Amino acid sequence: MTESPHVPLLALDTLWFQVAGTICNIECTHCFISCSPKNHSHEMMTLTEVERRLAEADRLGVREYYFTGGEPFMNRELLPILKATLQQGPATVLTNGMLLRPEVCRLLKELFDESDFSLDIRVSLDGFDRQSHDAIRGRGVWDRVMTGIHNLLETGLNPVITVTTAAEGVETAAGRTRFLEVMRGLGMARPRLKVLPLFRIGAEERRTRAYADWERISGEMLEAGDASALQCSAGRMVTSKGVYVCPILIEEPAARMGETIGETLRPFPLRYGACHTCWVEGVTCTT
Amino acid sequence: MHDVRRFAFIGGIYSNYWALRAALADVARRGVDGVWFLGDLGAFGPHPDRVPDLLIECGISGIQGNYEESLSSGADDCHCGYTDPRDNHYAQISYDYTFANTSSAFKKWMGTLPREIRFEAGGRRFLLVHGSPRKINEFLWRSTSPVPFLERLCREADADVIVCTHTGLQWHRPLPGGGHLVNAGVIGRPANDGRTEVWYTLVEVRGGALSVEFVPLAYDHHRLASEMRAERLPEEFVETILTGWWTTCLEVLPPKERAAGKY
Repeated sequence: MTESPHVPLLALDTLWFQVAGTICNIECTHCFISCSPKNHSHEMMTLTEVERRLAEADRLGVREYYFTGGEPFMNRELLPILKATLQQGPATVLTNGMLLRPEVCRLLKELFDESDFSLDIRVSLDGFDRQSHDAIRGRGVWDRVMTGIHNLLETGLNPVITVTTAAEGVETAAGRTRFLEVMRGLGMARPRLKVLPLFRIGAEERRTRAYADWERISGEMLEAGDASALQCSAGRMVTSKGVYVCPILIEEPAARMGETIGETLRPFPLRYGACHTCWVEGVTCTT
Repeated sequence: MHDVRRFAFIGGIYSNYWALRAALADVARRGVDGVWFLGDLGAFGPHPDRVPDLLIECGISGIQGNYEESLSSGADDCHCGYTDPRDNHYAQISYDYTFANTSSAFKKWMGTLPREIRFEAGGRRFLLVHGSPRKINEFLWRSTSPVPFLERLCREADADVIVCTHTGLQWHRPLPGGGHLVNAGVIGRPANDGRTEVWYTLVEVRGGALSVEFVPLAYDHHRLASEMRAERLPEEFVETILTGWWTTCLEVLPPKERAAGKY
């Protein structure tokens, strides 16, 4: 086995927060970190903890902030956390859309209007319809998400819809056009769509298959391409357990690069199957 | 008595030579110590050779944008940095038309333009770039460019004042350490605000103070629109010129900027 190539941190532009840990109100069959109501592998983050990280990020010149989980809206401090973040930079929240009650959406719109910086909401949908979506996300989830999206649109917030390739064919031009039609049919006049590939780790490894040994990045591949296309060259992920290389690898102990963000500004070895997916598919978890 | 120096910056021109004429006339009327273009001479508009023709005739210097980089190297697309297929679809129509109608002499000339220009004024180091100091097609939007990030860009680029374009929207953020980020906007298409004027930028250095003025520019946009139609350019491009609202290449806008537009 040859040594894995290392990717340098070219610029710390993006800081992620695993703000809800691995705690989620649903259990998607394709979740790459197997989030569930009972998975406490990473815990919720508090406002105080996030503020401490924001202060360090400010000193390091971070450009933008992303919040994910688990389900971020299960974190009772999420709105104050977003308020604090939006005082220093743009923020994006990745949500399953089930907890977007009218009152929450109204408060989000207030934050959106008050800040000089952008607040973006990204809602996950899987599949082109209720049946295929709920097969992955659980029975009754589609209807609750539809209510959440409707509540967002009512306040004037236009979310990005993230769909994984578990929705078969969505990565093709025709599939994309079809999905945009579905979104218009759901009342999104200006549909914004982001398609993401699946990572064969966590629950997804059980749903389909694990990575094969050949699915790794070689030094030759990295040299022939553009390392700056990899999100690990431009970002880090903060969880309750420390600072990780990226949002995907938080269940890999060796992907924890340090306690402070400052300790993690060094190159990272691309030794995982998920790294291969990022490279081949040109993945970035940012919008 | 302080030494006063004034500079004019012209962002993306997008083949809008009618706006360029109006801008150069306005700049001449005001009187400045220097005027520069910031790249993307071609794009949505008609007859792409007329902009370089005019710039060379008037002796205006400037830098490459992603368009000039692509056109001069024979690239297949504009490398605008869009990620959405609809944005890319319209960007391709725009680029293919511009590529086909730009003379090889001008393409060659575009290849000779510098990627950046540096000068000093009022004790401040100016850096002119198209997108950002680190990438020709990086989008520096107001709502996604916080102060610490901009200070880092200045520090890494050894500059106090960065002047850029590429996003199509003009904005200015003073930095606590005395630096500035100035996005000069564009004169190629309106600023997605429902007005038909386009914008160029004046920067004045007076002693230790620096002030920025965004200048709205009225020009014969009806004439531009009719020429675009005669060239069979997409009606969506024409609509933007006539209404001031962006219809294409807008999926890339951050939510704050997107919410300010009609589409």
